[in-house]
Amino acid sequence: MSTVKINRKETHSHHFSSMDQEHEAGKQGVWLFMVTELMMFGGLFVGYFIYRGLHYDAWYEGGSLLDWRLGAFNTLVLLVSSFTMAQAVTDTMQGNNKKALRNVIITTACAFIFLIVKYFEYSGKIHHGLFPGFDLWTYEGQTGENLRLFFVLYFVMTGLHGLHIIIGIGLMFWLIKRLRRDDFNEKYYTSVEGVGLYWHIVDLIWIYLFPLMYLI
Amino acid sequence: MAHHVVPFKTNLITLLALVGLTIITVITAKFVDLGNFNLALAMLIASVKASIVLLWFMHLKYDGMMNRVIAVTAVLFLLIFYGFSFSDLYFR
Amino acid sequence: MGAHGENYINCEKGIWSWLTTIDHKRIALLYFITIMLFFLMGGLFAILLRLELLTPETLFMSSDVYNRAMTLHGSIMVFMVIVPGVPALLGNFCLPLMIGAKDVAFPKLNLARWYCLIIGAFIAILSLFWGGVDTGWTFYTPYSAKSSDAVTLVVLGAFVMGFSSVLTGVNFIVTIHKLRAPGMTMMRLPLFVWSLYSTAIIQVIATPVLGITLLLLIVERTFNIGIFDASLGGDPVLFQHFFWFYSHPAVYIMILPAMGIISEVVSTFSQKTIFGYKAIAYSSMAIAAVSFVVWGHHMFVSGQSDVAGVLFSVITVLVGVPTAIKLFNWVATMYKARVKLDTPMLYAINFIALFTIGGLTGLFLAAFNVDVHLHDTYFVVAHFHYTMLGGALMGFFAGLFFWFPKMSGRMYDEFLGRVTAIMTFVGFNLTFIPQFIMGSQGMPRRYHTYDGVFSPYHIASTVGSWLVAAGFILAIYILARSFFKGEKAPKDPWGATTLEWTADTPPIHENFLEIPEVTGRPYEYR
Repeated sequence: MSTVKINRKETHSHHFSSMDQEHEAGKQGVWLFMVTELMMFGGLFVGYFIYRGLHYDAWYEGGSLLDWRLGAFNTLVLLVSSFTMAQAVTDTMQGNNKKALRNVIITTACAFIFLIVKYFEYSGKIHHGLFPGFDLWTYEGQTGENLRLFFVLYFVMTGLHGLHIIIGIGLMFWLIKRLRRDDFNEKYYTSVEGVGLYWHIVDLIWIYLFPLMYLI
Repeated sequence: MAHHVVPFKTNLITLLALVGLTIITVITAKFVDLGNFNLALAMLIASVKASIVLLWFMHLKYDGMMNRVIAVTAVLFLLIFYGFSFSDLYFR
Repeated sequence: MGAHGENYINCEKGIWSWLTTIDHKRIALLYFITIMLFFLMGGLFAILLRLELLTPETLFMSSDVYNRAMTLHGSIMVFMVIVPGVPALLGNFCLPLMIGAKDVAFPKLNLARWYCLIIGAFIAILSLFWGGVDTGWTFYTPYSAKSSDAVTLVVLGAFVMGFSSVLTGVNFIVTIHKLRAPGMTMMRLPLFVWSLYSTAIIQVIATPVLGITLLLLIVERTFNIGIFDASLGGDPVLFQHFFWFYSHPAVYIMILPAMGIISEVVSTFSQKTIFGYKAIAYSSMAIAAVSFVVWGHHMFVSGQSDVAGVLFSVITVLVGVPTAIKLFNWVATMYKARVKLDTPMLYAINFIALFTIGGLTGLFLAAFNVDVHLHDTYFVVAHFHYTMLGGALMGFFAGLFFWFPKMSGRMYDEFLGRVTAIMTFVGFNLTFIPQFIMGSQGMPRRYHTYDGVFSPYHIASTVGSWLVAAGFILAIYILARSFFKGEKAPKDPWGATTLEWTADTPPIHENFLEIPEVTGRPYEYR
């Protein structure tokens, strides 16, 4: 086997028989990976609902301690980023890498805005003694330990979601690098589409997290 | 099924629908007291939003059957997980 | 033969070419070495445990050391041997060959998951030097949240190995969906591929839940909070729900691929087409589906509600249906056939006999009321060893002996192979039948000592374990030796009739010179 550098724009990898087949396979792989993401977060949601059923009062108090305006703002930020990401996929599929690059950069900016807002939320909570670990918990609520459990789930769920945002930013940088290299065309855009799917899943999880944490 | 380009207009309408539903969910949850029904309503709206994201942003509307089956499978098994755990927790 | 006798083993040279290979066959050989090492390690702990149990007094292990050795035996065997075993080693080797593909869909991920397994295993074994873990492989809270710090390491290791499992699942599903040769419809897939397919589905759906469970446990330990601590508003039983939502389907991750191997071996050595192809294929899928709704049968005495108990009890019995369908079809294939009793077939017969016992005793345990008596006794221990060791591992070895000539291009010593199959069968029953008896009389599991009345059973069990160990060590030895010194193997030594046997022995780098066109049914390549 000689190691010829394959120009990915024109040919498929050696073990596929066409670019279409490779694209479909890659996309399906991403979808299956999305299933694992959904199952992982889904487990946390199951925990959330069960504890909510057990400690309704604490959940009510916990929700009222969070600022729903910040949550709503972040929701909108993520929705816009999802839109620009979807638009970036459309652009690459039309062969317009320049426009796609602009949309990916906007998406990345939205991700940073999301994280900055989250940072202020987190530090506010820690400041008020609402961080449940490391003996930082000093808040005296009406629902005691159960309120603490709410904040455990709040930090675990939004924290894991935030981690996914950070991973997403890493993927965006990778896309930016490749888009600037003009790597994609009408036939080869699997990477953009895959990152897009990932980003929409991150958005989709927040769509559930927002009402469950902040609103009800 | 492959290479279906979603036009800008469709993406924009999708975004506007999602923003609209976000506003509705905030209003109904914060300013309308429906008791226990609030949770159900919020979840219903969230699920509508999630379906919109899946169908339009994630292209399931234009995609092959298999990827739809995959997505539905995840939801189905989460419901199983949830339902059976509840058969314990609520009857203890 | 490829050009100048070139094949996948000798086409590149040097240790680096092996560590960076993305050829599925070479990765399978990497797994061969690592899984055998883990298997010997897990086996060593098993032998030590049985040796300690020779007498009721403490021989050489204190109760603490015993608990740690038991945890390691369980964790190694589950997470490092049986779960990755068949899919990662034999599945990896056979799947592309069986469906007429050049490789799996994502060759780099394929290599990545090997490194995941290695790194995870390394982290887990590191715990030995941190004082060891004594929670058992199930890591039940609240004990696991309070015991030694090494728990975090093992849990982290299992988490990383979970990635390996997920990547296997994703890779195999896409490979089966997208890379089948022209004409290879789903109903023309060999049954081993069907079993890998259903296994992969379970891996993708269930493993993430294990991941989040272990992550929550790590969070609980590191941040000193009580997600599963009843005194802090948590619910310890919820941990068990989370854990078994993965770990019950996981036992089908372990057994389903072995069942696929048995389908192949039985039809080949009965020299007949498999009886009831569709029934076996669909029953694999049925087992995968039902496996997700039975997890509560591990929790009959943990304080879950009676409603859940009855529900789970009834559904668990349903698993018996697709399993029995498979068994009937295998036996029907063997009926009135000219059965050749070569080594793989002997192991397959071991599987059928032992797994039937394991499955039937599973029905006892599935019954809510009976389980209250038998729970946490040696009866349970014997039951899951009949399914895991007698089932999954016997099937694994049947597959190893079956495909070894194709993998290595060499034949092994047939006589010694048969001896190992018989040794392990006799030793296995000697080890575990006494445990059924002890268990039904009330001998609890996970104790390093016991009442003197159980002595004869424990002695028989320990002696049996020596025979099992000798059998498996001999089996690994003859395989390892023949890899270097065996006779050259022909293309199809068994007269098998699936696609992978039409490839060269050993196969060339990209499996087939030309992608085959499939026109017939799965068992008709002659």
